[in-house]
Amino acid sequence: MNEVRVGVFVCHCGTNIGGFLDVPGLAKYALSLPNVVFAKDNQYTCSDAGLTEIRNAIAENKLNRAVVASCTPRTHEPLFRSICKEAGLNPYLFQFVNIRDQCSWVHMQERERATEKAKALIKMGVARAVLLEPLEEIEVEVNPRALVIGGGIAGMTCALSLANRGFEVKLIEKEDRLGGTLNNLYMLYPTHEEASKLVQAKTKEIEKNPKIEVLTSSEVEDVKGFIGNYDVTVRQGEKERFFKIGVIIVATGAGTLKPVGMYGYDGENVITQMELERMLEKGRLNADTVVMIQCVGSRNEKRTYCSKVCCPTALKNAMLIREANPDAQVFILYKDMVTQGTSYEDYYGKARETGITFIKYSSEKHPVVENGSVRVYDEFLGEELSLPYDLVVLSTPMVAHPDSADLAQKLKVPVDKYGFFLEAHVKLRPIDFATDGIYMCGCAHWPTNVGESISQAYGAASRASIPLSVGHVKTEPSIAVVDEDECSGCSLCELTCPFKAIRIEETEKGRKAKVIAASCKGCGACGAGCPQKAITMRHFTDEQLLAQVITLAEAVP
Amino acid sequence: MEKKPKAVLVIGGGIAGIQAALDLGDMGMKVHLVERKPSIGGRMAQLDKTFPTNDCSICILAPKLADCFRHPNITLHTLSEVKNVTGQMGDFSVKLLKYARFVDEKKCVNCGDCVAKCPVKVPDEFDMELRKREAIYPYYLQGVPAVMTIDRENCLYLTRGVCRICEKFCTSEAIDFEQKDAEAMLNVGAIIVATGFDPYDPSGIPQYGYKRYRNVIISLEYERLICASGPTGGHLTRPSDNKAAEKIAFVQCVGSRDFKNNPYCSSVCCMHATKEAMLAYEHNPKVKSCIFYIDLRAAGKGFQEYVARGEREYNLSYIRGGVAKITEDRDENPIVWYEETQSSKTNKMTVDLVVLATSLMPRRDVKELAKVLGVELDEYNFFKTDPLNPLDTTRPGIFVCGCCREPTDIPESVAQASGAAERAAETVMR
Repeated sequence: MNEVRVGVFVCHCGTNIGGFLDVPGLAKYALSLPNVVFAKDNQYTCSDAGLTEIRNAIAENKLNRAVVASCTPRTHEPLFRSICKEAGLNPYLFQFVNIRDQCSWVHMQERERATEKAKALIKMGVARAVLLEPLEEIEVEVNPRALVIGGGIAGMTCALSLANRGFEVKLIEKEDRLGGTLNNLYMLYPTHEEASKLVQAKTKEIEKNPKIEVLTSSEVEDVKGFIGNYDVTVRQGEKERFFKIGVIIVATGAGTLKPVGMYGYDGENVITQMELERMLEKGRLNADTVVMIQCVGSRNEKRTYCSKVCCPTALKNAMLIREANPDAQVFILYKDMVTQGTSYEDYYGKARETGITFIKYSSEKHPVVENGSVRVYDEFLGEELSLPYDLVVLSTPMVAHPDSADLAQKLKVPVDKYGFFLEAHVKLRPIDFATDGIYMCGCAHWPTNVGESISQAYGAASRASIPLSVGHVKTEPSIAVVDEDECSGCSLCELTCPFKAIRIEETEKGRKAKVIAASCKGCGACGAGCPQKAITMRHFTDEQLLAQVITLAEAVP
Repeated sequence: MEKKPKAVLVIGGGIAGIQAALDLGDMGMKVHLVERKPSIGGRMAQLDKTFPTNDCSICILAPKLADCFRHPNITLHTLSEVKNVTGQMGDFSVKLLKYARFVDEKKCVNCGDCVAKCPVKVPDEFDMELRKREAIYPYYLQGVPAVMTIDRENCLYLTRGVCRICEKFCTSEAIDFEQKDAEAMLNVGAIIVATGFDPYDPSGIPQYGYKRYRNVIISLEYERLICASGPTGGHLTRPSDNKAAEKIAFVQCVGSRDFKNNPYCSSVCCMHATKEAMLAYEHNPKVKSCIFYIDLRAAGKGFQEYVARGEREYNLSYIRGGVAKITEDRDENPIVWYEETQSSKTNKMTVDLVVLATSLMPRRDVKELAKVLGVELDEYNFFKTDPLNPLDTTRPGIFVCGCCREPTDIPESVAQASGAAERAAETVMR
């Protein structure tokens, strides 16, 4: 065996690590470890200078293992791996040691002990690095076809854009027509265009487009596979349809909270904004005094979030009421007026000018709807008012679509604590799922207005078009492998695997487990459960992990 | 054979421009990314951490900078400006002006020997003029491309014909005073505008005393002050006497929601003030912060929880009320005079430091660019779009994303950037 030559790069991360640990000391310590022939500290290992240093060190010192002790593999492992690759080192001979998120940031007040911990972490990393083996990524073809789930404005926009790029699209809608939430709205803010016109225009465009197949009254029944190679079953009434799909876009929208048991909601004199939309559309509104209450069922203990669209919605409907009946008095009771950006502040100003009355209430003193009047403590006046009403309109928040949880399970993607779909990274990957090949847009992710949903729909189309354009994807080689000589064909692994990535097949040697390489996520569940110890997790072998544990035991007195 | 699609031009190398370029590049399209500063990164590179996760801004941005730089389909044009655009959707001719860096990008190793010798000291733009830099300088530590730049306005040789000491000490022979500004022509099928924002200059509100009182600063200055790679190494000290700032007032809507200045809401300030207050407390648990606001706009994912956490765990209180004026006492402690709306009482509060949440405005010279591009601006000089066609400018084939379209936070800018990339891809593949 060739001599193992490890290089260790310890990052200051500005003062994120350097301010709390003795980083030069760590580099010096690393040099004392077995097999380490090079060690250095850098201000920012991820900067161009830092990366160049890694590249040069690999060449000059004939390194065949590289260890970076820095921030977190979550954001930086791909970068360091690709630098290794550029320098001619197999990227799987790279080892990350997390001394920021899991050390300097959590032990800011204990410099010495934190430095000792970092030493132990580096020692563990080096111990594993020595045992790492080169691996090659697996390349798989991509079915040139997108599945868009949800035929609201987001799904329609996304489908059209992908089709315009030349990709085939299957657009699945649960209801019997396209349009989604827009079908329940009358006018759109801030332009006061009819929602139905937008839906009609988009529907027509979709019908004309030969690349899009629309399946209404349809639901996704089953999804198997992985990026580029999904087998999707769609149920359309009695019929089942099967599709080979490359990428999936979730555009299932949101629901709206029905305020049962709140503020005397009865659907007649106390209604929701959605119900008001329908009355306005049909010209059936007959009320001279309307009181709107914002944040009904949101920004409370159960649902802490702000649903964002309700303030402009209330403004819009209040203005429409005044337009239809200039004598009508409209009060909007709010906590904070959320009219962000360049168009909505102006819109708020317009609503004020048209004579709508705004009353601020606080979380401590909620309005009370009584028989014929609403009692509210006005924060500005500092006194309680009693407002007689003909109609009370409650602004309730968007809530996760009732089918979200079920769909999340089928796609094996996460939702947040309110049931909205959870993105890969809050700041920089807002429309990707952590699972490659699945993307999202619109209210499935979080309450958004129509304009934002359209932007996100184009965004999701862009993200989804990347694997479609390239035509193939590379998947991680850190997966399970079966030693057929040891495998007894008991099928425990098949039952355990959450990704359906391992199955029992008849072979010449009898029943044996087979891993579907591109589906395997390398989670290790099969390996841990195998009674024969016939399954090895590549890149996380027992030897590699044990070496870390033993090193830790040695490092900690 | 299929016709090869035309390249796309992306103007602005902030997070929006970077994301648009990366998406297009990853689709296999050729991209020209133009940035007028010496390095890409934009405003996001100047931020310390980002709400609502308190992720370190440069730490999550740096891998994207590196990706852009190393991407085989992306050509970076730093220190460059778009001077002329002719043609039409699908076939634009673009004239670029590439300013001389006076440093050979291929030879410079960013060692800093030149910086150590340069005798000139001028305010550093990236650090919001809170520290001095030399006339040869790295735009910022993690900047990409990671090379030095000579500032032609301040270099002794370029202004007075003497010095050249950097040249003498550069062991890589990277200094090149012979470099000339150069024009380049690009042929592209679509253009994405992502030129970002400038902060409002609150000198326009004299009663707040900005620039008159040293301890009244704006948010972007604060971001640099509290940042580990900033002028104070992340020690939150106030400008007048370097004393630790322990009582901090954050004043919201400075220049925003203000009919004399910018009537619109800048969307991100409620959240960045909350974050900035949290960071101060993280640096020093003795810090007490107050945020003076009109409406608290915390509508994004996890934002309300973030606000609640600020109040619960970070010694932070929100005071609903307008700030009428700021004065200072003999020790240069700012005094904030405000009306608390809950009680309708006028109050004052003496603090160590005031941070003004200034509006996000279009770049000061945005009109020039709009003219070059032949697109319309809205009443506030943001690039004009239609609410139902939010990423298209008024000229076909030219798209827009991020803060030059409307103030937006990072995730929304990123989503829009991908969206603009899609619109551009639709155009060039037609």
